[in-house]
Amino acid sequence: MGRTFLIWTALFCAIVVPIAASAMSPLLAWREPIYIAAGFAGVFGLALMLVQPMLVGGYLPGISRYRARRVHRWIGAALVSAVIVHVVGLWITSPPDVVDALLFRSPTPFSVWGVIAMWAIFAVALLALFRRHLRLRIWRISHTLLAVVIVSGTVIHSLLIEGTMEILSKVALCGLVLVATAKAMLDLRVWAKRRTSREGASAD
Amino acid sequence: MTTVKLNRRTVLAAGGSVLATGFSGLLLPAQAQDVAPTLTMPGGANNYRPGAPIVDRIGGGGFWMSGTVRRAGDGAPLAGQRIQIWAHTTEGHERDPQSHGATLTDANGVFRLEMPQIVPAFGQPHGHLAYDSGDFETVFLRPIMSSSKDTSLEAHFVLQPV
Repeated sequence: MGRTFLIWTALFCAIVVPIAASAMSPLLAWREPIYIAAGFAGVFGLALMLVQPMLVGGYLPGISRYRARRVHRWIGAALVSAVIVHVVGLWITSPPDVVDALLFRSPTPFSVWGVIAMWAIFAVALLALFRRHLRLRIWRISHTLLAVVIVSGTVIHSLLIEGTMEILSKVALCGLVLVATAKAMLDLRVWAKRRTSREGASAD
Repeated sequence: MTTVKLNRRTVLAAGGSVLATGFSGLLLPAQAQDVAPTLTMPGGANNYRPGAPIVDRIGGGGFWMSGTVRRAGDGAPLAGQRIQIWAHTTEGHERDPQSHGATLTDANGVFRLEMPQIVPAFGQPHGHLAYDSGDFETVFLRPIMSSSKDTSLEAHFVLQPV
């Protein structure tokens, strides 16, 4: 019981602290609501990215593996929405800056990482829609490779940005996302060819 | 305003221009005085509004944008050149008309305009400057502040006659 409480509390803090710190940023005073919404969609997206490997790796006590995978899919859909709100909101705020980013000609070094992560998130969602037509091994490897692109792209993107996120909580959240993703990948042995007891569970 | 700031960006820029002028100097010793024109920076023209009025100050001020304007080739200072300036500041977005203003260079080719504090927007604390009066090739600059706490920013133009 103590361990369950500890893990959920830690996850809650890891997500809420960076968002709360971002909500206290002085930069918000000089931004329009749509720009603020776009920025927060990005912060929420980064925070949700921590939950994904926790769910799929089975690190959250009190939630069945089947249920965890269902939630993983719903959060995946939420991530797609967050990316869309992020990009559309920024586009409304300053169209030429977003057009530059999407065309990979932006002067800001973080834009390219964000756009790469965006396409990888769209690709992973598309792949998930058609996963029943894919061989399990193909699905697992492609999903994992795209997850690596999404996580590393997003982490580099957010670390290079001088925005509303407070630096310490941002670095901590990025570190947790990286560690959780790496651990889930290693634990699930996605590259292994052997049939495991997880085969049944992952056919959901 | 003539203090030389050494940071990664200025050192890279200076190193780049030394390389560029050094090589062309070697190739063409007769034009040893050749000063290369400034190139428009990526994203420099973003949220540009043509015809920003010449103002004594943009908004309430507190932040200084300054720089020089010289002629390509001989590097002679250019007086009376109109430089337009805009940025995301504590008083408005880049797109807002009140965030835009223009000023003229003095006899030494130096311009200096007070404006509201620039704040980070789209991930970097940066300003925008434009020369587009037509006598020289149009140039858009997008300098970045080395720290968002800075209260001044410099940008320098070397213009190519049309």
